[in-house]
Amino acid sequence: MDEMNITSAKYVAHNGENVSIEFVIDDTTMQISTAATGNRHYDEIQRQVAAGTLTIQDAD
Amino acid sequence: MALTTVRPQGMGFVTGRRNLIINGAMQVAQRGVGPTAIGTGYYTVDRFKTQKNNDGAFTTEQSTDHPNGAGNSLKWAVTTADSSVAADQYLYMSHFIEAQNLQHLLYGTSSAKSLTLSFWVKSNKTGTYSVVIRKLDSTKYHLVHEYTIDSADTWEKKIITISPTAGSTSFITASAGAIANDNGRGLEIVFNLAWGSTYNGATNNVWSSNTNHYATSNQVNWMDSTSNNFYLTEVQLEVGENASDFEHRSFGEELSLCQRYYEKAARYGESPLSTAQADLVASAGTQGQTTTGEINYGSIFFNTHKRAAPTLTIHDEAATTGKVTRMEYGVAGHNNSAVTNNIISEGHFSGFSGSGNGACGTKFGWQADAEL
Repeated sequence: MDEMNITSAKYVAHNGENVSIEFVIDDTTMQISTAATGNRHYDEIQRQVAAGTLTIQDAD
Repeated sequence: MALTTVRPQGMGFVTGRRNLIINGAMQVAQRGVGPTAIGTGYYTVDRFKTQKNNDGAFTTEQSTDHPNGAGNSLKWAVTTADSSVAADQYLYMSHFIEAQNLQHLLYGTSSAKSLTLSFWVKSNKTGTYSVVIRKLDSTKYHLVHEYTIDSADTWEKKIITISPTAGSTSFITASAGAIANDNGRGLEIVFNLAWGSTYNGATNNVWSSNTNHYATSNQVNWMDSTSNNFYLTEVQLEVGENASDFEHRSFGEELSLCQRYYEKAARYGESPLSTAQADLVASAGTQGQTTTGEINYGSIFFNTHKRAAPTLTIHDEAATTGKVTRMEYGVAGHNNSAVTNNIISEGHFSGFSGSGNGACGTKFGWQADAEL
């Protein structure tokens, strides 16, 4: 029962490659790798994206 | 002539590392000692996670109250009571065990081993409580086991044996009972404090495939008074049908085990978001790493290789997350300089920030979270 209040998510790029996702959870800004399978935040973001409740914005 | 007697295994000695629980003595609290108001997440004592969905409010802390008078415990206290638990509400704490550390249990085979869970507990609120053993990989199975707090405000040691065939079931000994040999969640040990009716339909000491079975209907509502407290320590899970003495580890060893799951830049005992200079990393950056004028604000290697690529929380000298403090020769530090990206792996991270032409370095704090 992993209840996570993720309010936004956005890719961040390095040299044109999306290398991480910046997201806000409970008013705290965090970052995870785009290859962080098994990370509970990453897995929850992917679950919410699949459920249509969260969209990861494109990198600047 | 010196005479050495060797006692065969199984004759009273249990050898080697026994306790599958990390930080069972509650001695490591990297996030702080509290008391801290809690939601769902990790607070104070390492490796023990709060799971909350109810109308009450609570604090948790690393306490010095201990059954032997010397040591630590994890304390919970009610600050706003919830005397009526709705059907879908709950409060409990979890300890997750990494799957690859559980292969010797032989779950998923007819040779699956029994486990014994032992712990010390104290509460002003007596009555029937329960723990849940959740087998998480692939097919999920739950085993709820009741225990009783008999005397108010008195430390009591509880011992619970977990048979792989409890209730004459074969879930754990069949192939679907296996635990994958990987870095994911293998077992979850749940200490229950309150459960609504949606989840309290389990039968005591019977493995179940119903994943709503977290408690029996006998579970007390610990949340019903602001007088209530709950203490827990010396949690041990070991192979076999008997509880051995608690396995004490050195603080340094336990800290290192905890840091596979969580680590911070700040000194031990300081807030993870501390802005004291001793709790920040100063990095001489390299300007112009990209055509957009970013500054490489440093590569940090973790003390302990993480379970998985961690979640990274960076903060500047104003404790603003997602930012670093930019330093420029002849200019006072600039807080609130955006972290433009991080390259994060199990062993290290490298960060970049929008710099401005004159930037030559940064200061920041960091936390790396790879909890299960």
